Amino acid sequence: MKRVAVQAGDFDVAAELAALEALGGGGVASFTGVVRGGGGLIALELEHYPAMTQAQVDRICDEAMARWPLLGLSVIHRFGRLEPGARIVFVGTASRHRTAALESCAFLIDWLKSEAPFWKKEHFADGATGWVEALAEDEVKAKGWNSDD
Amino acid sequence: MAALTIVYFAWVRERIGLDEEQVARPEPGATVADLVAELAARGGGHAEALGDTARLRAALDQRFVPLDTLIGDARELALFPPVTGG
Repeated sequence: MKRVAVQAGDFDVAAELAALEALGGGGVASFTGVVRGGGGLIALELEHYPAMTQAQVDRICDEAMARWPLLGLSVIHRFGRLEPGARIVFVGTASRHRTAALESCAFLIDWLKSEAPFWKKEHFADGATGWVEALAEDEVKAKGWNSDD
Repeated sequence: MAALTIVYFAWVRERIGLDEEQVARPEPGATVADLVAELAARGGGHAEALGDTARLRAALDQRFVPLDTLIGDARELALFPPVTGG
């Protein structure tokens, strides 16, 4: 099972986990990213490259399935305007082995951060806005998964 | 040959003030960096958005590429800042 969704709307984490559990592998790992509040932030606006996003996330998922013995995975990434507390991203993996489930989940979220065409703009209560800068450490984390480097 | 479509995202899009534009296809042998330099030389928003290539990333026909890649017969070039998804 490979489920990839790029959507504006929210998603149901329980339903996603149940679908992965139903694969019968015995191990399911997941990560949910949520908009962090504080500092006067009122919303995050997620822009993406529609013609590329789905195909690129698909490639990242194929890479995870090639590296680990997975029974299934699910990746959902939202776009549009999201307020603090809103879910942004979900990654779930199912395997017979806990190490495969946990490692592939970490790999997928690291790669989404530096290999998927999304950009975040912050909107603050005083009217200020600013584009989130990519962190060098995120690129390093994603590259850390490249065994051939 | 058909024109090349350039699409812009995030602050690159905002500074240029366009989501996309068509340009004449560059000479064979031209790289993404060559075209970026040509666009930045227009001045104004293009210079502001494209002047600092260390902060730019690119995709040709929806695949990430380094800026020294040949444009060749690609149909769509995307220019944007480093991605911040997840």
